[in-house]
Amino acid sequence: MALRENPFGELRVPLAWTAGVALIVAIVVAVVLLMSDRRETFQSEAYGASRQMGDAISAPVTGFFATPGRWVGDGVNSIRGYFFAVSENTQLKAELREAQEWKIAALALRDTNDRYKALLGLKTDPPIPMVAARTVSEARGPFSNTRLANAGREKGVITGNPVMSENGLVGRVIGVTNGASRILLLTDIASRTPVMVDRTNARAILAGDGGPNPRLEYLRGQDPVKQGDRLVTSGDGGVLPRGLPVGVAVKGLDGRWRAVLASDAAPVDFVRILLFQDFSQLATAAAAELNKMPVPPPASSPPTVGVTAAAPATAAAAPALRPAVATPATGAARPAAAATAPRAPAPRASPARAPAPKAATPRPAPAPTPAPAAPPPSEVPF
Amino acid sequence: MGGARPLAPWRWLGVPLVQCLVLTVLFSLPFRAFGLSLPEPIFPMVPAFAWAVIRPSILAPVGVLIMGLFLDVFWGAPLGLWALSLLITYGAALVGRNMMAGQSWPVMWSWYAVTSGLAMGAAFLFTMLDSHATASLVAVAWQFLVTLLLFPFAHLLIDRFEDADVRFR
Repeated sequence: MALRENPFGELRVPLAWTAGVALIVAIVVAVVLLMSDRRETFQSEAYGASRQMGDAISAPVTGFFATPGRWVGDGVNSIRGYFFAVSENTQLKAELREAQEWKIAALALRDTNDRYKALLGLKTDPPIPMVAARTVSEARGPFSNTRLANAGREKGVITGNPVMSENGLVGRVIGVTNGASRILLLTDIASRTPVMVDRTNARAILAGDGGPNPRLEYLRGQDPVKQGDRLVTSGDGGVLPRGLPVGVAVKGLDGRWRAVLASDAAPVDFVRILLFQDFSQLATAAAAELNKMPVPPPASSPPTVGVTAAAPATAAAAPALRPAVATPATGAARPAAAATAPRAPAPRASPARAPAPKAATPRPAPAPTPAPAAPPPSEVPF
Repeated sequence: MGGARPLAPWRWLGVPLVQCLVLTVLFSLPFRAFGLSLPEPIFPMVPAFAWAVIRPSILAPVGVLIMGLFLDVFWGAPLGLWALSLLITYGAALVGRNMMAGQSWPVMWSWYAVTSGLAMGAAFLFTMLDSHATASLVAVAWQFLVTLLLFPFAHLLIDRFEDADVRFR
């Protein structure tokens, strides 16, 4: 259609004004969206349907485009491995020699640790289930540092789950949809992570600022941190489990304490999403583990190992206790209990000193007097 | 005769918009070589500036809004952050387009730097208000510099479409 035949061809519209009106309308829309955004909260509904749909589309698309890059990276690594095989072999041998010494030390420490746990009746956290995923896109700008992982709701991922690489903590999940999860990195300006200095137990908040090294804020105490101190999650607030490696403390050029992130040591391509919700989840898992254990015999007082003297067990309870102690529990606590038993200053009738006659035994007969069925501290498998 | 026909919006609005989105996706891939990641320039800054210089349009702010929202969703930024920042660039260029008319290449680059700087400053301010924290100035400067390097593409777009529509000659 020719221009002159167009019914609007002769219409003179003040374009600058109409463009200005369109601009104002667009600005109003953007301001409303910005003010209503709550992306960093733990409320899954706050993430929004638009974001979920965007992530669900982006994950397979960027995953497709990332595949050639991954092939190239693997090829480069293969070539490097071929050319540097000799020097790498020498280095690995040296590391292996050093690791052998560490292995011996670690075994000794593990044994000591198990004995201490048995003595104290310490309940450590059960292992947290996790999901492996691959990151398919990342935002590296100063105002948003996020990654998209290709595992989502179908694998049990929920908002708030911590995410780790093989080297350390990467961030936490802020949005989930089917097939994709949005990870808020520790470097994002909205990220706040409770951490502690491993050496001094001093608490701090790791606050991202869009740069590669997040700040350590709210440090208290006298000289709470030194250059090179290891940082781990403190578990305060119940958002993250305690003890996840975060990085190393360094003093920035601006005089502030910052963290060199452990996850920066290598490309973050594969990640592990810990299916951790809060500490009540750990308590539930611990209770479930306890329920799997054989029912402990009733006793008038809980048996103890070594720390305090236990009251002598009744004649009826003592034989009933033996099979229960001998029933297999998890591997870590049982040798510890056995190792601790000879040193325990408890009376002879103490069940902790009872030898393990058989691996599998029937449940003990109920005792005549009911008592709180608390398991012996040495038998708590976690 | 092609030159006598009005310029279809998809040619000067649609194609650059799609190109910017594709480039944004490609530069977001987690590719790391020798310890260095890909830079993250703000590709939509190019059409946001160029569209305002080429001519006022009703569709252009809508296109800028779409690109901004795409950046927000794709990068996981607060929804509306880049939409608003890019619209500020567009608005600033629209206000100053009479002064830019007929200017040389370096001067236009300076204008591009000023309007981009306004957008980055706005994004810095909005982020500060939203997160109650200050973004790293080094990271902001780095992204700003990388975005400035995209001006030749804006110049190309302006050169190609500034005089392409017979109705605006």
